[in-house]
Amino acid sequence: MTTTAPAASAGTTAGTRPTGFVRDTAAVFVRESKPLVRDPFSVMFSLVQPLVFLGLFGPLLIGAAGGDVAGTLQWFVPGILVMVALFGTASTGANLLFEMQTGSHERTLVAPLSRSALLVGRALKEVVPLVIQGTIVVVVAVPFGFAVDVAGLAVGLVILAVFGIGFGALSYTLALSCRNRDWMFWMVHQTLLFPLMILSGMLLPLDDGPDWMKVAAAVNPLSYLVGAERALLAGDFGDPAVVGGAIAAIVTCAIGVVVGVRAMRRAS
Amino acid sequence: MPREAGLMTNQMITAQGLTKTFRSKGQTVEAVRSLDLAVGEGELVAFLGPNGAGKSTTLRMLTTLLPPTSGDAVVAGCDVRRDPAGVRRRIGYVGQGSSGGHTQRVRDELHAQGAFYGLGRRETRTRAAELIESLELGQVANRTVQSLSGGQKRRLDIALGLIHRPELLFLDEPSTGLDPHSRANLWQHIVELRRATGTTIFLTTHYLDEADRLAERVMVMDHGSVIADDTAWALKESLAGDRVTLTFESATDASAAAARLGGEIDGADGASARVVTVTAPGGDRALPRYIRELADAGIDVAAATHRQPTLDDVFLALTGRSLRDEAAHAAPIGEASEPVAA
Repeated sequence: MTTTAPAASAGTTAGTRPTGFVRDTAAVFVRESKPLVRDPFSVMFSLVQPLVFLGLFGPLLIGAAGGDVAGTLQWFVPGILVMVALFGTASTGANLLFEMQTGSHERTLVAPLSRSALLVGRALKEVVPLVIQGTIVVVVAVPFGFAVDVAGLAVGLVILAVFGIGFGALSYTLALSCRNRDWMFWMVHQTLLFPLMILSGMLLPLDDGPDWMKVAAAVNPLSYLVGAERALLAGDFGDPAVVGGAIAAIVTCAIGVVVGVRAMRRAS
Repeated sequence: MPREAGLMTNQMITAQGLTKTFRSKGQTVEAVRSLDLAVGEGELVAFLGPNGAGKSTTLRMLTTLLPPTSGDAVVAGCDVRRDPAGVRRRIGYVGQGSSGGHTQRVRDELHAQGAFYGLGRRETRTRAAELIESLELGQVANRTVQSLSGGQKRRLDIALGLIHRPELLFLDEPSTGLDPHSRANLWQHIVELRRATGTTIFLTTHYLDEADRLAERVMVMDHGSVIADDTAWALKESLAGDRVTLTFESATDASAAAARLGGEIDGADGASARVVTVTAPGGDRALPRYIRELADAGIDVAAATHRQPTLDDVFLALTGRSLRDEAAHAAPIGEASEPVAA
């Protein structure tokens, strides 16, 4: 080796400038949101299951309640909103899993993006479909007698969005851990999804359930979210359940982002 | 035998003692062993070797995707350990897989890549338009990546690697999985890119013809070490010599000719037992001499050919194995050919 002088123009690559966390996060967010903008109907895909529950499970609940349509929807629709957040964000790691397998994720790891931004930008993207889907569910329910407090709905969607960022981040973490083992991702996904849903009381009340179910529900953040959404959509801002739901959402978000960022840093 | 590269030129890549070990099934695997290399500014270097030789692991260390177990490397003026972000800002990278998001549109993905590198909106759009035109992606610019052919995806990968005008472009097995037409088309784009921009290119490949045709310098890697480093011409000239093939009417004549010329009989029986291959520098001049010498000894040559050596002959001479056979069993595009870090 005759000389070890560094490349003369190193550090001055034309047109590039240092990137910060906010700009990186925005760049990742915009990229992740583009397919949604280009094909808005894709947002309906993860809305199918909550709408099926609303359409098929709702009449059964109404029947069990002695035909009280409005009262039953007032209890059931907030749970469906939480279900939208759960279903929409739980499977979002599958997109990352696919990008890890094809090489797209590797490209972003070689780009000068902060590892935190790679995770947070993706997780923030979950907010957009979640808010759209939640609004659609409410709009569908209103003609059937569901009474919604608009301000409560707005706060409720904010709480769900915070939860969705955290739960989406956990889904990405699972994808990063599973690497090319799709089956493991889906096994964990399916194993957790339905117990979380049932043990939140979003479909059926847990008041008459066994004690172990009540204990499990007490450590399930979704239980607090469901309680908060029921209070907020009814316009009852003073209900202590609102604070409980907000705390559950913030804790889920904090845990999801911290764990997710650590996983993303380890991924490279 | 690492070559002294880039005489009096700036170095785009230098590495000393670069080593990577993995834990696999309870055992330690040394994927890259104390590698020294130097790539000068503006060079097009091919890293040639079979699957598992350590090419991709080396490349992943140089692109900051894997931390070295030991050793040092400076890429585009930045230390891969101390300033990985600096390395990332200055390099372009085209990995083995398809790097466009499958649900993303081609143009959107290029715009996003520009934003990843901190380019302004106007500059990103201008640059994306240039790349779409030069890499012939205009017809598919508004289509999703998942709808593209293999060759189109590869051209998009290269466009994504070039959006920020990097001084150094890493290409990891760029033509693996492509049909011959798409491969030739890709090579043409790489050559034109090099001619137009002077970008330093470091590519790994297990295709002999790719290294022979594209690279002005070839590093041959095997079992985690560089075993040869020079121009393709010099490697072929110094390590292999020309191949002179002589065919005889009988196996007896072939045996006598092989003993007289120091050649090797191709096979133990059948037609191959009547064929003798002799390795000789300047085969075009040696061939008539061999025929005259054998005629004087009363041995008639039925047919004779001579060909220049290939990089496969070089690899065969260095390792005793044929790289061509291993390339035929190459992993399809997107399939990892290196062990996964423990």
